[in-house]
Amino acid sequence: MSTVLDKPRAILTGRGIVPGVAEGEALVTRDTISGWGGINPMSGTVIESRHELRGQSFAGKVLVFPGAKGSSGWSSIFHMSKLRGASPIAMVFNIMTTKAALGAVVMRTPTVTECDQDPLDVIRTGDWVRVDGDAGTITIWDHKPD
Amino acid sequence: MVALTDAEKAMLDGESGAATQKAMELLIRYADALGAERFVETNNVAGVPGSAPQWVKDYYKADGGDYRAVFSRFDLDSDEVVDVPRMNAFSCHLQGGMDPMLWQEQGMTEDAHANFVSDEAEVAAHGIQILKTCTPYLAGNVPVMGEHCAWMESSAVVFANSVIGARTNCEGRESTSAAMLAKRIPDWGFHTDDFRKGQHSVDVRVPVDSIFEWGMLGYFVGDAVQDTIPVISGNISEASLIRHKHFGAAAASSGGVEMYHMVGITPEAPSVEQAFGGAARGDVFIYDQAARKRIYETLNSVGTSEDVDFVMLGCPHASIEQIAQVAALIDGRKVHVNSALWVFTSRAVKATADANGYTKILRDAGAYLMTDTCSAISQAVPKGTRVAAMDSAKQTHYLPAMMGIEGWYGTTAECIDAACTGKWKGKLA
Repeated sequence: MSTVLDKPRAILTGRGIVPGVAEGEALVTRDTISGWGGINPMSGTVIESRHELRGQSFAGKVLVFPGAKGSSGWSSIFHMSKLRGASPIAMVFNIMTTKAALGAVVMRTPTVTECDQDPLDVIRTGDWVRVDGDAGTITIWDHKPD
Repeated sequence: MVALTDAEKAMLDGESGAATQKAMELLIRYADALGAERFVETNNVAGVPGSAPQWVKDYYKADGGDYRAVFSRFDLDSDEVVDVPRMNAFSCHLQGGMDPMLWQEQGMTEDAHANFVSDEAEVAAHGIQILKTCTPYLAGNVPVMGEHCAWMESSAVVFANSVIGARTNCEGRESTSAAMLAKRIPDWGFHTDDFRKGQHSVDVRVPVDSIFEWGMLGYFVGDAVQDTIPVISGNISEASLIRHKHFGAAAASSGGVEMYHMVGITPEAPSVEQAFGGAARGDVFIYDQAARKRIYETLNSVGTSEDVDFVMLGCPHASIEQIAQVAALIDGRKVHVNSALWVFTSRAVKATADANGYTKILRDAGAYLMTDTCSAISQAVPKGTRVAAMDSAKQTHYLPAMMGIEGWYGTTAECIDAACTGKWKGKLA
């Protein structure tokens, strides 16, 4: 993990709102996400019409998104995706809402928000990302370090 | 870190029992995630406490697999199972999973119905009112101006904040279940004065004077301002409860609008100046003929076949005024053999519809007046449905995506015509 090749491309600092550390492949969207009616909790797939991630699953991924929208069922649907093993392993978002905050808390997925740079500009789908909810940091590599 | 009063510390220390202790623990994690500095007291909570499909109960089988297990482990996100007492706050159960009488018509199984009956008995035994509706304000829970509430249901939240002037965030299942015990919710967002100020302007330049037009304007506004607070002024008139209900539901679906100001119409917006309250005035969005046409086409972009086999009305749940209108439109007609018409409302409103004979008029026409749920909530449509017609922008936003079907948006009258002819003839006048 300490070779030059493994040097991260970027490190963001923000506010950790759910503790813990997780790392994995990033799934990035500039569209806000609906919980209930916007995703299928059984598979973690986005189902909203006209959503740029429609048909893609965030299961096991680091979900990077602007924020939550739509139904108040946001937290419970993401919570159910956790029960099905289809939840994101970590989250990064910009806009604080009760939906996203509560959803992150009950999924207990490491989550960072209020970053010093816009994570939507810095993180790309497929990047390898470590989210440290204790330190409030996000470390980004082009691909999984060897 | 959120500051606690002595009473809150006592709850956290378990002095009000294990369930309330777990509720406080969750509320503190939630408040800290939001960045809230304190809690606000609430005695008006609406959620979906403890109700769960069988697979969720099965998931907690090792914990007993019952209401107590689900309430502890899922609703309170507790690592251990605790005894769940009667709720401490005035608590209401919002929409449920099926009609208590017409569940077979909705395609529900005997097992699912037995689970529904069992959950409802538990909800009642825990002192939670069985409102079973997305419109609690039409079924016996009308907050007053300034009242701190903890409500779920985005369409009810936007109504409470905007039309009544009550104060609630768009809470979730876990936070409302915890608030029913602790009578607390983070003092953040819409509970504070600053958060309620307008952020962007919407200038309405075409006449918006019917429920159909109010619904489309709501869908436009949500898409334009996303989760911020719009200040709407211009050519909007004929305000009424049902128009606000459809406007807010649409705006909460296409964006995340939880409060709006309509100048001269809603209580915290007597003027543009007061609606913004000194805050920066952001963008100006123009709702003109072109925008109206674009919204109509967007809502109708998931419809190609004109053969309508299902018409769904009552999103959010129909008021008695709307049911009376549907009864007048369909009286003496019949739902087409290739189609179906389901109208959804609350049990409280259905009691009035029964007394007025509307339920019978609908039944004689081959339609159903259903309660508790809706097609999107319970994923219940008549078997074989391929093309649905709706008079709700919110339902049009959700149902086709959830069920993989086509959908049309139109006026209530166009929807009734489609139900009786099996053909969609809607168009933008």
